[in-house]
This record gives sequence, C-alpha cells and structure tokens, in this order.
Amino acid sequence: MISKDYVILAPQGMHARPATNLLKLTKQFKSTISLKKDEKQIQLKSMLNILAMSAKCGDTVSILIEGEDENDAALALDSFFTKELINQ
Amino acid sequence: MKGIGVSPGISIGKACIIEKIATSVSGVLLKSEEEKELELKNFETAVFEAVAEVEALKLNERLNLQSEDLEILDVQIEFLSDEQIKSDVEDKINVELKNANDAVIEVIGAAVGLFASMEDEYFRARAADVQDTGTRILRHLNHKMGATNQLFDENTILIAEDIAPSDTVALDITKIVGFATQLGGKTSHTAILAKAKGIPAVVGCGANLMQVNENDTVIIDGTTGEVIVNPNAHTIEHYRAKQKQFSQEMALLKQLNNLPAKTTDNRQVQLFANISNADDLELVFENGGEGVGLLRTELLFMGRDSFPSEEEQFRFYQQVAIKSKNKPVIVRTLDIGGDKQLDYFNIPKENNPFLGYRAIRICLNQQDIFKTQLKAILRASAFGNLKIMFPMISNLSEVKQAKECVNQVKSELRNAGIEFNESIELGIMIEIPSAALMADILANEVDFFSIGTNDLCQYALAVDRMNDNVSGLYTHFNPGVLRLIQTVIEQAHKQHVHVGMCGEMASDPLATLVLLGMGLDEFSMSAFSLPHIKKVIISNSFSKAQDVVRKVMEMDNSESITAYLQEVLK
Repeated sequence: MISKDYVILAPQGMHARPATNLLKLTKQFKSTISLKKDEKQIQLKSMLNILAMSAKCGDTVSILIEGEDENDAALALDSFFTKELINQ
Repeated sequence: MKGIGVSPGISIGKACIIEKIATSVSGVLLKSEEEKELELKNFETAVFEAVAEVEALKLNERLNLQSEDLEILDVQIEFLSDEQIKSDVEDKINVELKNANDAVIEVIGAAVGLFASMEDEYFRARAADVQDTGTRILRHLNHKMGATNQLFDENTILIAEDIAPSDTVALDITKIVGFATQLGGKTSHTAILAKAKGIPAVVGCGANLMQVNENDTVIIDGTTGEVIVNPNAHTIEHYRAKQKQFSQEMALLKQLNNLPAKTTDNRQVQLFANISNADDLELVFENGGEGVGLLRTELLFMGRDSFPSEEEQFRFYQQVAIKSKNKPVIVRTLDIGGDKQLDYFNIPKENNPFLGYRAIRICLNQQDIFKTQLKAILRASAFGNLKIMFPMISNLSEVKQAKECVNQVKSELRNAGIEFNESIELGIMIEIPSAALMADILANEVDFFSIGTNDLCQYALAVDRMNDNVSGLYTHFNPGVLRLIQTVIEQAHKQHVHVGMCGEMASDPLATLVLLGMGLDEFSMSAFSLPHIKKVIISNSFSKAQDVVRKVMEMDNSESITAYLQEVLK
C-alpha cells in the first residue's frame, strides 16, 4: 500500500472538472484508490463522493493506493496532483 | 426587484418563463421480486437513455459547443453514471422496496441537501448539478420530453427558478438577451453561462420573480442586480442610454485587454491592481491587470476577536499565490493604526493617530505579530511570485530591522526544512516625506519602492482630506508633491530599483502622462481603472510624456498644472 499527502493546488479546489479528470485517471488502474481528508475517506469511484469532500485550494488530502499496479498509479497520481491540478 | 448581478450589462426584452418539471413521490411499495427486478431494470434503462441523450448533445453541431460546454456535459455524464448514486438507488429498491422514481427522488434529494448545506459557494452550487442529474433520470423514467428544444422569439429574457447545468448548454441562446433566476449565486451555472456568452444575468431574485408573466417587458441590469418588470417609457429610455454606455465601455475594454501597456514609441510599463483577497484576482485579469501592486492584508486581521494564526494567514496568502498564476504579487505587511483599528489590539488613545503607533512601528515593537505574518507569507512564497513590502517607513533603521526579521524567519524555516522562495524580493512603501527625500539612501537596501500617494500627499501637505475645511488643499498636483515623486523615481533608478505607485494618483488619467514621463515602472490601482489608464498610455508616446513633465515642473501651482494636463489629454 502506498500513501501520500498532497496540497490541493487547483485555484477553485477539487471541483467538478478536476474530479472528472481524476476519475478518468483512476479508472485506468486495477488498484483500489482512496482519498482521505480529515476523518473522511472515500474510494475514488464516485464524483458525488469526491465533491462531497469539498476539498478546497490549500487543503491537504491523502491518497491511499493498494493493488498490483500501485506503483504506476502512484506515479500517475503524483503528476496529477503536483502538475495538472494547478491548471484546472 | 433585486437579485445578484452576475454577468454585467443591461438587457430589455420579453419574458419567457421556463416551468420546472414537477416530480412527486408516489409512496408505492414493491411487493415482489419481479417488481424489484422491473424497477432495477427501469432505473438502468433511464440512466442509459439519459447518458445517451447527453452524449448526443455533445455531438449536436447546431449548438456550436465550446470546450467549457463540453466539460459541463462530461460532468453531467459522470454524475449520471455515478457509482454511489447507483448503489444508493439500488439499495432503496432492494431493501426499502421503493420504486425507481421514489428511490431517485430520495437519493438525489439527500445529495442535493448535502451540497446545499456546504459553506463554500462553489461546492454549494454543485447542488444544481446533482439536481439536474436527478431530473434527467426522472424524465426518462417517466418518459417525458425535455424543455431544452424550445424555440424562442427575438429579445427573450429567460425567467426560471434555476437553469439546469446541462440546459444552459443545450439552450438555443441566439435569441436570448438576458437571464433572471429565482435561485443561484455567483458560481451557479446560469452565471457561468451568461458570463461566458456575454449575456446579462441576475440570479437569486427570490420568489417574487415568479410573479412575472409570459411576455411581460423586463429590464435586467446584470451589474447592479436590478430587475424591473413592465417599466414605463421613461425608465426604458433611461436604461437604453445606460445600455449604450455600457457597450461602449466593453468595446474599449475588449480592444485593450490583450494589448501590452506600451507607448507608441515602445516604452512599456506594468499595470497592476490593488486587491484585498484572492477572489479579487479574477476581476484583475479580466481587466488586463498583469500583477498585484498591493495586496492589503488588513482584511485578514479585521472583523474578528483575535490575531489570525500563522496557518490561517498562510492559507490566505497561499490562495492568492496560487490564483495569481505566477504573476507578481506585492504583499504589504500589516498596516493597522491610524484610521484602521483592531478590536482585539488595544492601541492607547492618541492625539494624532496618523502620526502615531501604526504599521511597521507596531510590527517592529511587537515582533511576534510581525514574524507570524512574515512566516506565513514566506511559506506561501513557494506557491507563486510573492514579494514583501513594508509600510510607513520613515528611516533607514526601520528597513534594516524589518529585513533582519525576514532573515530570522527565513533561517527558522530553513532549519525546519520548509520550502519558501529564498530570493523573495523586499520593498518599502514611500509614503512619508522623509523616506521620499532619502530615497537614495533607502534604495541601497531594497528591491523595489511603491509610492503611496494618499499618505504621501497627506503628510507632505499637512492636510486631512476628510476635514472639509482644508480638503481643498489636498491635491497630488501640488508642485511640492510632484517634486517628491520625481526625486523618488530618479534616485531609485540610479540604483536600478523598481518604482511602482499604489495610491490613488496611479488611477488618475490626468496624472498618467506625468508619471510615465518621470519614469514610473508600475502603476497599481483598482481593477476597474486599468483600461482607462492603459488607454492613455498606449495612445501617447514616452517622449511626449517627458515633454509634459518638463512643462509641468516649470509651473508653480496645481491649478495651472491641472488645466494644462486637461488640455493635453483632450
């Protein structure tokens, strides 16, 4: 299992567009990928659940990845949170 | 009637009311496994059809969809096929024996309620997306037609409870000149759509809006949020004139927005804006601002009962840093005292608060307050191009002490392994006459100056402009004030120090050529003033501005100077 913390860099927070892109990304992997903020933890499968976390710009979230392709998933998510998310 | 103006401009047209499709809970309970199977199947089919409908919209050429429209539809598809919604609905059918219609209404209702109760405006507005999802699924469950294929007459003002996100995309908006909705806020889809298409819109008008009848004449003012139903001829005329003025201003803005602030002989200056929080940045960029010449931090400290923590401050500066898209942002450290008091920070009563304990004087005396702020700004500097500016500098020692504080905080951060911009630029406000006159000495110590003309004028002229008996003496065209400004710019440039101005003079079109000719590098003002100042800059030459300065500096009173500048600008 891999776990890493990220600061949400999208100016509008984790809003619908980045959430859609994040879902598209996680669907490419077999691993179970979860998102955690404060005490709430959800699986990255549902738009509703991602938005319900209301992760705002500057919030810290944790990503938890478990499965056979967890290393590849971690790399892809790392690039998503540190690069792509800034422009969304 | 008044709502929230979310897309500026004025429109006058005929009302077209969009009715909401009524949905109701049937209360039916399923009796057999077969019925459950049937409802599960019905739900699955409705979702399938709903997704297909949205997919078809995406391909509809008539709609001429832009990338942001497609995104709205992608979000809609994502919601329609949401696993959480699906499993919740299936549970209601399987366990609670609801039919598909009731299950969808309840699941969507709960989700809408969750979003609607959120603090953040953006997430609160997502309630509309979820509602939209539910409505679409229900429509297919009950085999009803959508309202989006409607054709409109010319000059239609659309009146609705709210406009569903996917409807905003599918509407034939070519005939629509305005929107007014009962619900919604600044980030609602109606607002986003209207702004993107440049159609005036007022949202959040409340229940009164539903008293408007089909074909009533309606005026909406998307700037002020005014909605007027069946106005008289005089009112219509008044608004036609306003409409014309607005479109002329917009044309100016559009024309100037992407042009650099460059004179006809290619001298380029920076046009920056003064802001109070991250949200202001949107307006800055819309008006062609290239950065922030003054981020006031007082807002963060006011209207509360104790000093904000480092973490709270960090988040504030970090938001600005992120939203500024790497454009420069000058953060002014705490500038309280004078007329700005904090309830929880007791400054003993002073006879002359403007000459008293304020700004950097407080910060250097109570360094814990100062260092907390510096630490928060420095941490945020890892996220954007932040610079730090100290207000109310009157001598060299204050600059040195302030810099020493920055160095101490930097080494603390370094030791703690926290990221920040090691080479963050430091500057000072020039707003006290002594600082202006010793600009040559102060320039040694800093990367930039920013001239604060409001206080500089007040201190140089010894005039309180709030005092009606003397306010007539207050003018930045006083030859003494102009000499102070000229000295600052000249001395700074000798040592390659950048000079900006963040006081009101920077937004006075009459002063623009004088400041340009003196060599000012950066003008910072409220976002709305930017196009007007840019217009002066790009339609004149630097050599003409230098001529203007020579003439102005030969004049001996502010009245002649003002009259001359008015003549030049004509």
